[in-house]
Amino acid sequence: MTVTSIHKDTEALTMTVIAEFDSPIGPVWQMWENPRLLEKWWGPPTYPATVVDHDLSPGGSVTYFMTGPEGDQPRGWWRVTSVDAPNLLEFEDGFADDQGNPNPALPTMTIRVTLTETDGHTRMTMESTFQSTEAMEEIIAMGAEEGIKEAVGQIDALLAA
Amino acid sequence: MVVDNRHADLVFRALSDSTRRDILRRTMLGEHSVTALANHYPMSFAAIQKHVAVLERARLVAKRREGREHLVRANIETVRVAQALLDRFEETWKGRIERFGEVLAEMKQGANQ
Repeated sequence: MTVTSIHKDTEALTMTVIAEFDSPIGPVWQMWENPRLLEKWWGPPTYPATVVDHDLSPGGSVTYFMTGPEGDQPRGWWRVTSVDAPNLLEFEDGFADDQGNPNPALPTMTIRVTLTETDGHTRMTMESTFQSTEAMEEIIAMGAEEGIKEAVGQIDALLAA
Repeated sequence: MVVDNRHADLVFRALSDSTRRDILRRTMLGEHSVTALANHYPMSFAAIQKHVAVLERARLVAKRREGREHLVRANIETVRVAQALLDRFEETWKGRIERFGEVLAEMKQGANQ
């Protein structure tokens, strides 16, 4: 199990996930920096992600869509607010319209990823912050649609490949 | 506990204010009179009464009368609903990290071959 701790703070509206990987920092950063790798894990198995634009420089953006079992394609975007490869990536994560443009009617959240390497192992800390409880409710309600099940199936497929 | 959408709205609206969150935190630790609560904040008794009423409508707190005082305590069941939402979000990230680890392990394996 790679996830080592999860801390949820209902009042500060944050969730912090800490994971450790038996890998040096370079490949862990690649998982964010390489769009082909990013799309292998960002979306759940029932809604695999396809990354369209991918620019991790400050102010750059990442756009993606996910494809659901019925062909539905919810779209999302990131706006990079801070980056210091391979140690830090901070971005705003939001929903997009059918053309891939940010949908201003829907709330966004901030995700801050920090990586540190010790003795060939890498610790990844991700802090997600919601703007308000309403925003949290809305984002989670929309995400639930994507389904959080059958992760196992996708992993098996990757291993068999 | 079953929570319908309208109730969820009330809960999240009630929790969107820092004074109400603070009142909730105090009442989770024990019963307080509205007067005692009002002493903690730089606002009127009436304002605190209103905040308590919002929390009460959302069923985040319950009030009971004792003599001239209204005593307020938190309804822990409802507080858990907010926690439940974050739990769902946690599942999303657990899934991502699990896949992240697998892809990483696969890359490593590929490099070693």
